[in-house]
Amino acid sequence: MNRILSKSYFSERVVKIEVDAPLIARARRPGNFVIVRVGERGERVPLTITGADARRGTIALVVQEVGASTRKLCALEVGDHVTDLVGPLGKPTRVERVGTVLACGGGVGIAPLLPIAEAFKAAGNRVVSVIAGRGRAFVILEEEIRACSDEVIIMTDDGSLGQQGLITDGMAAAIARERVDLAVTIGPAVMMKFASALTRRHDIPTIASLNALMVDGTGMCGACRVTVGGKTRFTCVDGPEFNAHEVDFDELIARLGGLRDEEIKKL
Amino acid sequence: MISDRNETWRAALRSALPAKARVAIARVKMPEVEPATRAASQRVEVNKGLTPGMARQEASRCLDCVLPTCMDGCPVGVDIPGFVKEIERGEFSRAAVVLRRASALPAVCGRVCPQEKQCEARCFHAEKLKREPVAIGYLERFAADNEPSDGVPAERAPSNGIKVAVIGSGPSGLSCAGDLLKAGYEVTVFEALHEIGGVLKYGIPEFRLPNRVVDAEIESLKRLGARFVTNYIVGMTGTLEALRAEGYRCFYISSGAGLPRFMNIPGENYNGVLSSNEYLTRVNLMGAWDERSDTPVYHGQNVVVVGGGNTAMDSARTARRLGARRVMIVYRRGEEEMPARVEEVKHAREEGCEFITLANPVAYIADEKQRVKQVVVQRMMQGEPDESGRRSPVPVEGSEYAIDADLVIVAVGVSPNPIIPRSVAGLEVSRYGSIVVDPETMQTNIPDIYAGGDIVRGGATVILAMGDGRRAAGHIASRLSGTR
Repeated sequence: MNRILSKSYFSERVVKIEVDAPLIARARRPGNFVIVRVGERGERVPLTITGADARRGTIALVVQEVGASTRKLCALEVGDHVTDLVGPLGKPTRVERVGTVLACGGGVGIAPLLPIAEAFKAAGNRVVSVIAGRGRAFVILEEEIRACSDEVIIMTDDGSLGQQGLITDGMAAAIARERVDLAVTIGPAVMMKFASALTRRHDIPTIASLNALMVDGTGMCGACRVTVGGKTRFTCVDGPEFNAHEVDFDELIARLGGLRDEEIKKL
Repeated sequence: MISDRNETWRAALRSALPAKARVAIARVKMPEVEPATRAASQRVEVNKGLTPGMARQEASRCLDCVLPTCMDGCPVGVDIPGFVKEIERGEFSRAAVVLRRASALPAVCGRVCPQEKQCEARCFHAEKLKREPVAIGYLERFAADNEPSDGVPAERAPSNGIKVAVIGSGPSGLSCAGDLLKAGYEVTVFEALHEIGGVLKYGIPEFRLPNRVVDAEIESLKRLGARFVTNYIVGMTGTLEALRAEGYRCFYISSGAGLPRFMNIPGENYNGVLSSNEYLTRVNLMGAWDERSDTPVYHGQNVVVVGGGNTAMDSARTARRLGARRVMIVYRRGEEEMPARVEEVKHAREEGCEFITLANPVAYIADEKQRVKQVVVQRMMQGEPDESGRRSPVPVEGSEYAIDADLVIVAVGVSPNPIIPRSVAGLEVSRYGSIVVDPETMQTNIPDIYAGGDIVRGGATVILAMGDGRRAAGHIASRLSGTR
């Protein structure tokens, strides 16, 4: 178990790995995540599941190298084992037939968006995807997103792929053109904050999948707490998806940076 | 199973020293590493343990009563005079055998049980003579620590091939597993984390309970045939239904109280305010005390710990060891009402932790980077006794004042973990989220599912959790006996 079966690069710092994990592959649903740990001194890191093949017993994870732990994970090669892998965690996405779904993913957030977009498509919805990144190298999984979308809008900060602009520009264009019944937003917290503000103005129900800090991922530590509708919730067991319009994104952004000084000491 | 106090050797041992002489011996003092040395290390165990001479002398204080009331104080029913007398006559590994009949984790209990509220409170010396009780906890630890490293040959019934699943590898699960293994069952323990031991590993720090002690207990369960599966969350990785299909005939849910409580006061989600679970898990389980660990942890200069239980003491003493200049334990009741073990309070004070009692946080204040910088506390006064018999604290209006703190650790209790109750359809759960059981049998409303420990109690002690595990094991065995 936990053996890496394939590895591919989206860019120098963004890697996709396929891991042998038959139980998780069978049990996971769109929206679930896993916790991985590399090495005996390794940290427990939550990662959303990009895809799974229940028959082959594999799951796919997309990892962006941002710190010591993700660097260790990205350095693993085919045949290596992830020391610990546990999941699936979190509540799965509530997938229903609602009409038109605007699936919005920024950067590596496109990876967890993919299975959710696929599920909404399979449930009979029209799926309009807006995927965005700083530049061409940051917009990942374009082909896979196209395969499950009726329409795809690509936005890049520098215009190197799709149109130049922010994800919210692409979303606004879609909203101006057609009725949207549900929006899903996954990406950096700042992006989700603005995406959520946009859909709130248009009264479009929106779910955001939050990327809070976690230790155990099973409700035990409370590191992942987030304020939703004025109440403290735990991202790991109450989420990771919440009504985006009720999430206190400023608090989430502050909490994501809480341990930065301690992490810098480790680099 | 209680040993026979009229065995020849034991009767002879009793008459070798008159009761008067036994009563005249002073209670042993536990040798400790001195505060300045121990407060510099997360891993140095504070209590050094008794020497064989000290242990035998302390054991000789025990009067080997006809009616050993001490045993009534033990949630798992350890044969206390039985093992104590083995120590007195110098048969240390026999003492361990006697202990193991009732306790799967004697080396753990000897260190973390609140003996002063249990066995030692019911000791003849304490109850009748109003003197210091026999140091049963120290003796238990001594016997367990002096067990031969390859283990005492386990007393085990032949395997019956019946599979039982234990969910959660904390003290309750290990205790249940131990008894079922001894009765001949095939036991698999499923653990959500990457380490076996539950709260014994992630919660209780090494300076109070070294990991090697927990690991030795786990090894002895493995020798009895226990199978451990880590990184497996029953209800998520696989369903209970799927385990039934794999042939598991009974389940014991001991998934613990894995949901920290907060106080719902303004500013509680600022950075630097965290649960004791998070703090202790980062330090103990993830090894963040060691800078080589990849897991970061907040370091504070002025640390406030909220709460008065063992977890609060553990957090405060950990903060000292991680370099805090000032550590303050803020507790809403008086010191006499603290639920922590007396020894933990003593150790915390010796290590320089300050106690601010009859005070309760009402808000947190942060700096411009959203990091906590002050705790606003309100003075409390002693009110009328509440249902726990303790005087309930009443806020003193207008008494608020601020304490500088760059790290706040909230240790005000835990709630039951929701994962299992949520995943088992039809399982009866209380409005607090705990699993409802028959207190006699620990059986839930689903006949093949039993539960115990904090998932039922919502935050208790290691020994009560172990007692639940034992009781459940007994009833699971009688339910399954005769079935193949």
